[in-house]
Amino acid sequence: MSGFDTIIEGVLLGGVYALFALGLSLIFGIMRLVNLAHGDLILFAAYLVLSATIALGLPLAVASLLVVITMFVLGFVLQRLVLERVLGDDILPPLLVTFGLSVVIQNGLLLGYGADSRRLQAGAFESSSVVLAPGLSVGLAPLTALVTAVAAVALLQLIFYRTSLGRAFRATADNPAIAQLMGVNERNVYAIAVGLSLAVSVIAAVVLGIRASFDPSIGPARLLYAFEAVIIGGLGSLWGTLAGGIVLGLAQAIGGRINPEWQILAGHLAFLVVLMVRPRGLFPARRT
Amino acid sequence: MSVESIHIPAAREQRPADAPVWQVRVGTRLSRFAAVAGIALIVALAALPAIASRNLIQDLIFVFTMLTLAQLWNVLAGWGGLVSVGQQAFVGLGAYALFAGIVMAGLDPVAAISLAGLFAALVAAVLGPLLFRLEGPYFAIGSWVAAEALRLICAQFKSLGGGTGMSISPGELSQMVGLKMVQALLGLRPAAARDVLVYWLALLLAVLVTLGIYAFMRSHHGLALAASRDNAAAARSVGVRTARTRYVLWIAVAFATGMVGAVVYLQKARISPDAAFSVTDWTAYVIFIVVIGGVRTIEGPMVGVLLLWGLVTYLAQFGSLYLVVLGTLAILIMLFMPTGVWGAAARRWQLQLFPTQRWLGRSESSPTPL
Repeated sequence: MSGFDTIIEGVLLGGVYALFALGLSLIFGIMRLVNLAHGDLILFAAYLVLSATIALGLPLAVASLLVVITMFVLGFVLQRLVLERVLGDDILPPLLVTFGLSVVIQNGLLLGYGADSRRLQAGAFESSSVVLAPGLSVGLAPLTALVTAVAAVALLQLIFYRTSLGRAFRATADNPAIAQLMGVNERNVYAIAVGLSLAVSVIAAVVLGIRASFDPSIGPARLLYAFEAVIIGGLGSLWGTLAGGIVLGLAQAIGGRINPEWQILAGHLAFLVVLMVRPRGLFPARRT
Repeated sequence: MSVESIHIPAAREQRPADAPVWQVRVGTRLSRFAAVAGIALIVALAALPAIASRNLIQDLIFVFTMLTLAQLWNVLAGWGGLVSVGQQAFVGLGAYALFAGIVMAGLDPVAAISLAGLFAALVAAVLGPLLFRLEGPYFAIGSWVAAEALRLICAQFKSLGGGTGMSISPGELSQMVGLKMVQALLGLRPAAARDVLVYWLALLLAVLVTLGIYAFMRSHHGLALAASRDNAAAARSVGVRTARTRYVLWIAVAFATGMVGAVVYLQKARISPDAAFSVTDWTAYVIFIVVIGGVRTIEGPMVGVLLLWGLVTYLAQFGSLYLVVLGTLAILIMLFMPTGVWGAAARRWQLQLFPTQRWLGRSESSPTPL
């Protein structure tokens, strides 16, 4: 059963990676912005939830909701005050600003919270498991992570294809100038997109914090996993990103089973192999 | 082909006797003065170990190596449009190649440095075609992934210390080429003499890389590179081989970056995967130097590295706070002074120490900006 275990472990891990990737994929899709601070913003959200549960004594669910709202506002403001000024034809300024932001957040967290590993407390939920079949039980927390990832993708798809906001997103992504002519406020659309990206990242942060301990230094690695999931899955497809996350999770689980030191490396190598064999990803969007 | 002065001849038979001759120029009066001052500065710096303290020598090794890395990143990302966040890969590879050369093959350290550059260039040649499949901003994260993968691979080599790293004993470095000579010349103990030798190597690299980039940017290859970045399709339509230009640049930058990595770790004499492939030490600082000093100028990284050196002296003791300040400064400069400190000063006072822009001027008059 060991092989089967590894596959389940990989798929569940993939759910977490897909959650990391959704926010990154969202703003790249709409505004062609690659946010190098994405991983550190996830960590920032995790620390905010931690503070809300410990300092304010709130239950995890309430704290998470509060942080979702906070991060949405933060994203909106970040776009309006900072990112908006550097978006343009030159790819260098937005990359450098988000990279600077990444360094500032990571070291700011180090100053504020120290380098110790922390964890979000979710009570009995953390350790309980469900029996899927005789002799096969799965941890409730990892399973919830995967279900959450599927739900998040479904919800984002719904927003994208069934609401007027989604229509504004797609129109702006296709052609910002013409979208503006049709009465779409480009600045607001971009700001909402960044806000939504950070709000989705809070879900990723909570799942990360319940599953494993975290410290300020692990942000960049989350960015890399998120990025790998997006590229493996194929640009421009949210379901593809979910699949990419699962492929990455599987690669890591299989690599880790062979030799614990190879877990992360196996994920990176899987990414490079996909880049070599299918540079457009496994499930690219049909339209280009 | 040099563009110091390209003569654009008007058709002879049509030109009246008193018509002006137009010339494309790059040099300015100030830049010719700067060249003389630069040579004097290099000679002074080369002679400095005769009087300087060991601390100052070590500080200047830091300045020279960071300057070289900044110049290399500037040409790659600023002029070339290849915004890599993974240059630590080549610092790390160069460092590991140096250690492998010394420990496993018993090579002389100075000989191992150029070998380290070749090794980094070889890996870059293999990785390039893969990473170039990622467009623009995705190339940035892709290069970071590649650097992480290489860090994890280097950690697998148990004979080079695995994940925890290793040191080279002073004994193994005592036979280094030139070390005895420096000891005798300056009357130093082996450890201090090694610093001086590394100092000269770092200075040599900084000068060669800076002059190399300067010459490159003034040649038609540099023009081709800038054109590839600004508009690849238009550049191709006038015959620029954009892909090849970028690929060659990527490999050349990796070669020099690998040598810098080897020089840095020859001085440290201790290596670990986390330190040698550190994104903070070898990419974040380098990016901040270029951004603060001024991207797409030769002078920018020089100004940036001096500012960084000043900040290190006052703020380094605060650790994380130092990086928060640097990062915030870099963001503010990107937002409000996108050409950096040097760029702003150059525009204000019309300064061009290492001019790379081309001016069109009459042959008899002094060059004026277009």
